[in-house]
Amino acid sequence: MSELPAWSLPAGAIERIALESPWPAEVTREWAWDGTTGKGVRVCILDSGVERDHPLVGRVDSAVVVSAGADGEPVAANDAEGDVCGHGTACAGIVRSLAPDCEIHSVRVLGPGYTGSGKILLAGLRYAIEQGFDVVNMSLSTTKKDYAAVLHDLADSAYFQRTVLVASAHNMPVESYPWRFSSVISVGSHEEEDPLTFFYNPNPPVEFFARGVNIEVAWLGGETLRCSGNSFATPHVAGICALVRSKHPELTPFQLKSVLHLTASNVGGPR
Amino acid sequence: MSEDRLHAAVAAGVLGSEERFRELLRSVVEVARAIFAAKASSVLLLDEEANELVFEAVVGEGEKDLLGKRFPAGTGVAGWVLATRSPLVLEDVARDPRFAKDVADDTGYVPQGLMAVPLLHDERALGVLEVLDRQARFTLQEMELLGLFASQAAIALDLLQRAREAQAALAGEGSLAVVARLAAALEQLGEDARPAAIRLLESLEALLAAG
Repeated sequence: MSELPAWSLPAGAIERIALESPWPAEVTREWAWDGTTGKGVRVCILDSGVERDHPLVGRVDSAVVVSAGADGEPVAANDAEGDVCGHGTACAGIVRSLAPDCEIHSVRVLGPGYTGSGKILLAGLRYAIEQGFDVVNMSLSTTKKDYAAVLHDLADSAYFQRTVLVASAHNMPVESYPWRFSSVISVGSHEEEDPLTFFYNPNPPVEFFARGVNIEVAWLGGETLRCSGNSFATPHVAGICALVRSKHPELTPFQLKSVLHLTASNVGGPR
Repeated sequence: MSEDRLHAAVAAGVLGSEERFRELLRSVVEVARAIFAAKASSVLLLDEEANELVFEAVVGEGEKDLLGKRFPAGTGVAGWVLATRSPLVLEDVARDPRFAKDVADDTGYVPQGLMAVPLLHDERALGVLEVLDRQARFTLQEMELLGLFASQAAIALDLLQRAREAQAALAGEGSLAVVARLAAALEQLGEDARPAAIRLLESLEALLAAG
């Protein structure tokens, strides 16, 4: 008999949810990710594509492009284009610098002919969730309210199937999504230089601040540039998530967020 | 056409406003350039039908060459900023081989540093504000300042777009064009003749309402 969803917990079923991995008395960075390189974790870069063979990115395990098909509906196809902007490559390079052995998968939602289409963003995210990636880096957002409800559902689906969405917060006074949803991990910038310095924000909706100013990142043509913006802070947290998931694959997104809180530089982690 | 648009069209017929909004937009980029002590600043408007970004206002380097220039909206740094609604700051951007070639072909001026921020109005992304080669090292405070400017530029851009839509409607043959022409003519009438003209129009209004 297939297992039914656990809507409730009958008396005899407590054994069924017994947990094997006891948490340490103190959750430290050492416990959370020391000694891991992100091996076995599949990270998706939902962005402008990722350049092949960039020295700071290395192997790209898969690449698809989501675009409008013949009937106007979005379709995913293999992507040989690489990166149409440089931004996705930058994010991939940051994740790689923190989690050198993780898998990098590119889902491109930018390209000629689909400017700012929330529809393509939704389709790209849906694709990424269907693939069951462990971590999805979303250094982007949409301002279309019509898409907010669907995005919310997608973010919750991801949350319950253990796909961690790490999304850039907006640093302008506008309503945008999905970073405002509590089922994602939202990231803004700080100005410190250490890539492992990140702060928990006790005044959400932005939940974490990571390095986002004057960062040397991978860019087109095998080059590097110095960049700033929340969209570069986000892959720092995505990279740290990849490390934690590699060492503790049993953690749910809720538990992972708790680990980030406990190991943040203004909570239990070093500054 | 919605009542809102109708009002805008009639107002534009009266004011002949495109030129003024263009001045406003230019003043926004001038101030942005001054505040950031930058070599250039520009506003790019999204032409949704053509899916292209158009330089609507440019001050500083490239001013003469860039105004009115268009490029595809779905790629490059400005395309990314527009599509993702997210600001972006790049240094050493001349190292990007494609970017360097594209802008050098257009103007001969290749900036080193670039700040780009989306111009958002309600739910729409109208375009992108760029500030090139500013003096100081970038800080998060600057990003906030840039965001404030972007809000102002977005309003100016929205007004410009509305004025253009209104002008297009006025140039047409529909009933809206007649109403706007009437409004413009009424505005130009002397003080003496205006009350009589208004009475006449009110009679017409009553007649139409009765019909």
